[in-house]
Amino acid sequence: MVDTLFIGLSLGSILLLVALGLTITYGAMGVINMAHGEMVMIGAYTTVLSGIYLGANLLVAMPIAFVISAGLGWAIEKVLVRRLYGRLIDTLLATWGVALVLQQAVRLEFGLSFLGIHVEGLGPGLQNVDVPDFLRGTITILGTEVNGYRAFIILVTVVMTAVTWLIMNRTPIGMQVRAVMRNRSMAAACGIDVARVNALTFAYGSGLAGIAGVMMSGFKTVFPDMGAPMVVDGFMVVVVGGVGSLLGAVAASGLLGEINGLVAAVTNDILARAVVFGTVIVVIVLMPRGLFSFKGR
Amino acid sequence: MKLNRREFFKNTALAGAGMIAAPAVLGSSAAAAEEIPVGVLFSHTGGLSIIEKSLNDATLMAIAEINEKGGINGRKIKPIIEDGASDPKTFNEKASKLVVRDRVVSAFACYTSASRKAVLPVFEKRNNLLFYPTYYEGFECSKNVVYTGSTPNQQLSVFIPWIINTLGKKKFFIVGSNYIYPREMAKVCKILIEKNGGEWVADEYLELGHSEWGSMVNKIKSSGCDVVLSNVVGDSVVAFYREFKNQGLSHDKLPICASVTSEVEIAAMGAEYAAGSYTSFPYFQAIDSDRNKSFVERYRAYVKDPKAVTHHAMESAYFQVYLFAQAAAKAGDKLTPETIRAAVLGQEFDAPNGHVKVDAENQHTYLTPRIAQWQADGQGKIVQQLDAPIRPLPYVAYGETETGLYCKASGLDSTKLKL
Repeated sequence: MVDTLFIGLSLGSILLLVALGLTITYGAMGVINMAHGEMVMIGAYTTVLSGIYLGANLLVAMPIAFVISAGLGWAIEKVLVRRLYGRLIDTLLATWGVALVLQQAVRLEFGLSFLGIHVEGLGPGLQNVDVPDFLRGTITILGTEVNGYRAFIILVTVVMTAVTWLIMNRTPIGMQVRAVMRNRSMAAACGIDVARVNALTFAYGSGLAGIAGVMMSGFKTVFPDMGAPMVVDGFMVVVVGGVGSLLGAVAASGLLGEINGLVAAVTNDILARAVVFGTVIVVIVLMPRGLFSFKGR
Repeated sequence: MKLNRREFFKNTALAGAGMIAAPAVLGSSAAAAEEIPVGVLFSHTGGLSIIEKSLNDATLMAIAEINEKGGINGRKIKPIIEDGASDPKTFNEKASKLVVRDRVVSAFACYTSASRKAVLPVFEKRNNLLFYPTYYEGFECSKNVVYTGSTPNQQLSVFIPWIINTLGKKKFFIVGSNYIYPREMAKVCKILIEKNGGEWVADEYLELGHSEWGSMVNKIKSSGCDVVLSNVVGDSVVAFYREFKNQGLSHDKLPICASVTSEVEIAAMGAEYAAGSYTSFPYFQAIDSDRNKSFVERYRAYVKDPKAVTHHAMESAYFQVYLFAQAAAKAGDKLTPETIRAAVLGQEFDAPNGHVKVDAENQHTYLTPRIAQWQADGQGKIVQQLDAPIRPLPYVAYGETETGLYCKASGLDSTKLKL
């Protein structure tokens, strides 16, 4: 039973890892960021490339990936997203376009493959990342052997959630972000630099996705299309949890992860996935604003 | 000059006749220049492009080799290359284009069963000929297809008895991706397991492309099985082997025996995760013969990648072009899909994997079953192989035997088929 619950928890932590950044960008900024999955992909490729060219392991890759994807997120906000605030559907289409561009950039090795240059670690193929020795194999929790790497992901997710909560609730910039979330024009009227807050929020959300990518690269295949299915799961969590609610994202990912794990243990994975989507539909029908939400805007 | 109506018609008719005649003259002289149009249709984009690109390359390499040696009866093969984009509907459209507009005499195409089923109506309706290189689930008997990949019996009929008798493993956990190929393979597995005195404890599936294996591996752990038979396909394979090892399972005690895991997936997952597990295929890169070594070398030079791996489906994609060339040479000057089809029956060739032969009854290919154990360097070590190729049986899941064929030259004998 412990192992089943552990797997549920692990599934939940993976959902949360991806959804954390989305909660912030979607919640705070009203941007449906379809390129979020590609930020995860960029984080994963950062791990691959830093492993090949810097000899860095997974842990070293985490700050690198955070900086790279946050920088990329910041650039996307400055160039594209800031022109689209208040136009929800347009942000969806525009960021989807960005997602396609990023996928192809990796697949075509930033266009170098047209010139016959091959960059090791990029291209359309599958990549793999070496996991450091101490994260391989199993560890024992409550007398049950569990996957050590999954335990590590849970730990990272807890730390990142805590850090995000602290930033949002205990720092001046966090207060500004929350003010912008509640009412953009009122926040601006109070002297908050909304454009700056937006850019930083988007960069931070993208950075979180980058770290999620590092964690994914350790046990999933790394390839250019890997982000697309993750963004779907991410939005699922955000919608169930309540837009913009950190607590909601934690609760929703825990709930969906455990449902998935338990149903899969009793029946099979295919049915489990159907039950998860069923739960999402029920929640949305009964509580259109999600499990935790506030009145705003 | 004043044109009257009659003269106007006479002139235009002449001009028209000239215009029609001109390309015909050009055409016949071009035909004397002897190019034989063939279609090459694999995915260059989309999720399947990684593997299908290698089939495309192997096909083109074989065509280049044949052309270098002077072509077929002095005529060069002209490949017309199309991109299926990993989408069955696109495959269908491109196949129509190749058959109807380009008038190819044969096509080398498709990796997945989904794409093959999508192009099949085109080839059957227009009575053209498709060379299909992938191992597949069987249950097909089309006179418009030459199947050069292995059938379920060529992958499993040696593998399962070997697992039970040589490895001494009797309790099977069958796992696969949720679509037709793994499900048909599981049927054949069960027949063979029961026939050889083993048992199966579970038969489980995961969505195609799904890479979350936590629950499934946990189930495998608690199922009490002593061998895992995997029909998992695509990039799911990578996540599966990794999760397997990271939950503390080892191939020494509980080996994964796979029907699909090839050199490509091993390279993608990192060889240490698969070291000690087994796969059954007629071809492995590690086959120790001069012909194969030369093939691997030529392929690496052709794709300009010194680390490129070769695998079963791409080897079939390579040798089937030679089977086509031999058939076309035998068919002589009047090259049509029908004459090539008639000539390809019974064609034999020394392929990198060994001697292959197209069965004159069911148009599938005689291949030699092999079992390899994966090593830490990402290559298979061949632990078992038959001396001679065995007959392909596409309907083995439904009781077909070597002496009691369901799929014959006359067509499918559906009276024997009990579903």
